[in-house]
Amino acid sequence: MGRSTHIALLKTWLESRGHAVLDTGMTRSILAGRGIKEAKQGHTLGRLTMQLFYATDFIDRLENEMLPALRAGFVVLTDRYIYSAMARAELRGIDTAWIRSIYSMALVPDAVFYLRISSPQQLVERVLSSGRGFDYWESGMDLHLGEDFYDSFIEYQKRMLKVFDRMSTEYGFHVLNASRTVRSVASDLRRAVTKLIDEPATPAEDNVSKLQVIRDKSTPAKSAAKSTDLTKEALS
Amino acid sequence: MISYGQHQFPGKLFVVEGTDGSGKSTQLALLYQWLKAEGYPVFFSEWNSSPLVKDTTKRAKKRHLFTPATFSLLHATDFADRTERDIVPPLKAGAIVLADRYIYTAFARDVARGCDRAWVRDVYSFAVKPTVAFFFRAPLDVAVDRIVSGRPNLKYYEAGMDLGWSDEPEESFTIFQGKILDEYDRMVSEFGLTVIDATRSIERQQREMRLLISQHLNKKRRGKTH
Repeated sequence: MGRSTHIALLKTWLESRGHAVLDTGMTRSILAGRGIKEAKQGHTLGRLTMQLFYATDFIDRLENEMLPALRAGFVVLTDRYIYSAMARAELRGIDTAWIRSIYSMALVPDAVFYLRISSPQQLVERVLSSGRGFDYWESGMDLHLGEDFYDSFIEYQKRMLKVFDRMSTEYGFHVLNASRTVRSVASDLRRAVTKLIDEPATPAEDNVSKLQVIRDKSTPAKSAAKSTDLTKEALS
Repeated sequence: MISYGQHQFPGKLFVVEGTDGSGKSTQLALLYQWLKAEGYPVFFSEWNSSPLVKDTTKRAKKRHLFTPATFSLLHATDFADRTERDIVPPLKAGAIVLADRYIYTAFARDVARGCDRAWVRDVYSFAVKPTVAFFFRAPLDVAVDRIVSGRPNLKYYEAGMDLGWSDEPEESFTIFQGKILDEYDRMVSEFGLTVIDATRSIERQQREMRLLISQHLNKKRRGKTH
């Protein structure tokens, strides 16, 4: 129902239509993925260290996976981009100007799909059905927002939703109501992606210029779709 | 987030900087002994020492996974952990923190590697401004000679081999160290680094450091009776 399901569906569909696809996602870098996972097992990962570790992971994937793929004409699907990192940082009281300048070398995506869930309670249902239970970081336990994982989770995700909604306007996210069936969300995604691939992309610089994101001039690729939602937000 | 120059702590932070082979670690060790003997609570913090990041750095160096940007960011991650763990808490508690290499090492190396000067400074803007930052300046040939004679095999990133300037490690190292030295020199006025002539005798450098540092110490010492 969440991001990974939709990315998998989209990838298969794009490939069946003859497009080469690279899919990537947060903490999947060869360089820093393992280190981040290990650091999250303990209780000593500080908030600044966390942001920089994630930035290392992102830039490694950008330089070694996403850019080469885009140059080769692939469609790149990434499960979360710089916006999730910026939202987490903001919730932890990190200076937003700082985090933006770190990510200033990121590319402006052709589209950001925001799979929106309207309430933290709906997210709780997903946590429960996943069978894994509440995660420390996903619940924002490092922020001491509640007396247990549940209370903390609700409060943390409530704040996350607020930040994402604001970013959605600021950066022009394509909002999809993710409370619907997989089938209808997937069909909306396909329609939106088809439009992007078939029609020449209109630059999104107006929305993102505040971030000083640099558009790579040598990129010939038509599309770099991108998906993000609140599900499992501080996880993985 | 509090940024560079804005932190106000009761403790003192002294850092040593300089190219490889400038003798800064020797000087810092002597300083540590002196401050301990004088009865001050002293903490020591080294470059590349974060327990959270160490394994990742080690693996990346071995497998040559770095680009200039990720080299910079992973070292910044390491430094952030040091700041949050080893530097800020003791400074808040009023201790003396001695740092072997600080943000200026990153500024010199990363810019020599081709990173944007302003970007690297932004990345490290969370750092605490040192009470005194010593820059041990040795002429290029002296520093290179000290390292090369003491270590037959230069490491890949240490020699700047990732930058493709030369296939000869020693030649690459010399070019790299030259660029690093240029960056240090321009930072002297930018950050008010205290230059120590690293060609002088060890004793003389140490005397100079102690003289400067004692001006910043509280007269009232802990744990020592006269």
